[in-house]
Amino acid sequence: MRIRFWPRLTLRRKRAIWGYVFISPFIIGFIAFFLGPMVQSIIFAFNELTIKAAGFNLTYVGWENFRYALRVDPDFVRVFTETTIQILVDLPAIILFSFFAANLLNQKFRGRWMARVVFFLPVILTAGIVYRFESGDILTEVLDYVPEEAGGVFSVSQSMMGLLLILRMPTWFVQYIVTAVERVPDIINASAIPIVVFLSALQGIPSSLYECAAIEGATGWETFWKITFPLVSPLFLTNIIYIIVDSFTRPGNTLVELINDSAWGRGIYGVSVAMTWMYFGVIALILVLVFLLLAKRVVYMEE
Amino acid sequence: MAAELGRKLEEMPEVRRKSRFLTSHFYGETLWALVRAILVAGICYIIIYPLLIKLSSSMMTENDMYDMLVKWIPRKLNYDSIVQNYSLLYGYMNYPKALFNSLILAATVALLQMISSALIGYGFARFDFFGKNLFFTLVILTLLVPPQMIMVPLFLNFRFFDFFGIMPVSVNLLGTYWPFILTSITGMGLRNGFFIYIMRQVFKGLPKSLEEAALVDGAGYLRTFATIMVPGAASAMLVVFLFAFVWQYNDYQFTRMYLSGSATFLPFALEQLTRTFDVEMYSKEYISILNNTGMIMFIAPLLLLYAFLQRYFIESIERTGIVG
Repeated sequence: MRIRFWPRLTLRRKRAIWGYVFISPFIIGFIAFFLGPMVQSIIFAFNELTIKAAGFNLTYVGWENFRYALRVDPDFVRVFTETTIQILVDLPAIILFSFFAANLLNQKFRGRWMARVVFFLPVILTAGIVYRFESGDILTEVLDYVPEEAGGVFSVSQSMMGLLLILRMPTWFVQYIVTAVERVPDIINASAIPIVVFLSALQGIPSSLYECAAIEGATGWETFWKITFPLVSPLFLTNIIYIIVDSFTRPGNTLVELINDSAWGRGIYGVSVAMTWMYFGVIALILVLVFLLLAKRVVYMEE
Repeated sequence: MAAELGRKLEEMPEVRRKSRFLTSHFYGETLWALVRAILVAGICYIIIYPLLIKLSSSMMTENDMYDMLVKWIPRKLNYDSIVQNYSLLYGYMNYPKALFNSLILAATVALLQMISSALIGYGFARFDFFGKNLFFTLVILTLLVPPQMIMVPLFLNFRFFDFFGIMPVSVNLLGTYWPFILTSITGMGLRNGFFIYIMRQVFKGLPKSLEEAALVDGAGYLRTFATIMVPGAASAMLVVFLFAFVWQYNDYQFTRMYLSGSATFLPFALEQLTRTFDVEMYSKEYISILNNTGMIMFIAPLLLLYAFLQRYFIESIERTGIVG
């Protein structure tokens, strides 16, 4: 008779163990390459770090790194507020545009495949290095330069600003619209993956629901708000998270550039980590607010 | 046929109102199709515009840059100058070697990330175990933390790598591919959490019956995964591969941190161009042409890859595979 080393497992237990086996790479990686470094980064934020050939030295400095970032560093406060505002400006614009574009690409028309191929193209063109070259490129400048009287992008947004102000729109709203218009290419480029997410959700809505609505005599408008919108709503949260994550590596994020420069250029590691913690704090705050705002309005289809 | 029907309806007084509605509806549709076509074309133009600029610029000669009339199309398509632009860059960027290194690294990372996120995603999608939701929250958390937060500690960990003090002597893993390999197989690479999320959704969407049949017939869990689940999720896995490949190929910060900026990789080659141009004392205009040529050479492999894989990419969206 075979001797059983392992206790007999119920199917449930066995499946649970296999679950752990499958996600074990993540658990190991999380502890080794995320949790460990996170704890270290908290320590670094309160220490001065000097790297030597044989190891690194830590000197406890308390809140000095945070004080340095906020009081001494000439750029941090300005760049920090700018980046935060930029995220707040971009979030609604990207969400609205990608939702709109996904609905557009979900309709049937000639050349839809081509349009989709082009709309998702920005996914592969996200190189920060390319962006850095563009900003100093003379040809791009020449092409973007439009004489005032010719009515280029610049004057369009200017005259639109005047018009909106005449219509007695609140100033902050006008400002928002104008900045959003000027950032159209950036917003379109940042929307590629949110479009993918919305589009796949739109395609996942069972067509029987639409048929039902059509038979009952619902108009397109009603169908959109009563069926399409609620069923896609859980993905707004997904997309907001994605957009925020994407903004960390998006070229033109001046705060990230400043943090990198502090760490790798100026060698003040502690300060750069302190800056990142403040950045993360604001991001977390935004996410919590968004979550509180959306959580009740989101409709989950029963699985 | 439709027109005939329309005329007949028009003749009947009681349907006249309705038929007018019908036609207005028709006009509405046509108008919308027109607006839609303009919108789609406009957005496509905005997306392709930077690419077109670079392409046209890379085919110009220096004289075209001074010519006020030339904006898009060079005055004369000069085969020699195009060859000259590209071959100059070919030498400056050490193109074959840089391209080879970048492709190999990106392919390795993408392959490992694809495998690890499929395994992890499958674990989250199909098994119930204690703390599953907590672990999944942690996956999302790894995404939400700015990578800069853990960059310095990661750098130090790989510089003095001793695996939590288990190894007696610390080794320097910087300058090797090990940091990439280790973070990729453990699902901690660049935006790996996003891939785990995608794979989890994909596996959740696959029917359970085939898998159960395989298990009942005595296949082990790993074998079931490899022979039943992976083929079912193949197109989504290709999409993950595409994403991971693209992000690694474009990545500058982590690659520089792990391998130092002097290594022969395309992003560094592109960056070092500025210094080369300063030495060569080219005119501002010619530098612009060469820069654009360099960027085209940087992007071209990605465009090629996208051209091959876009079919799977769009198919997997249509089959509601990805993030349903």
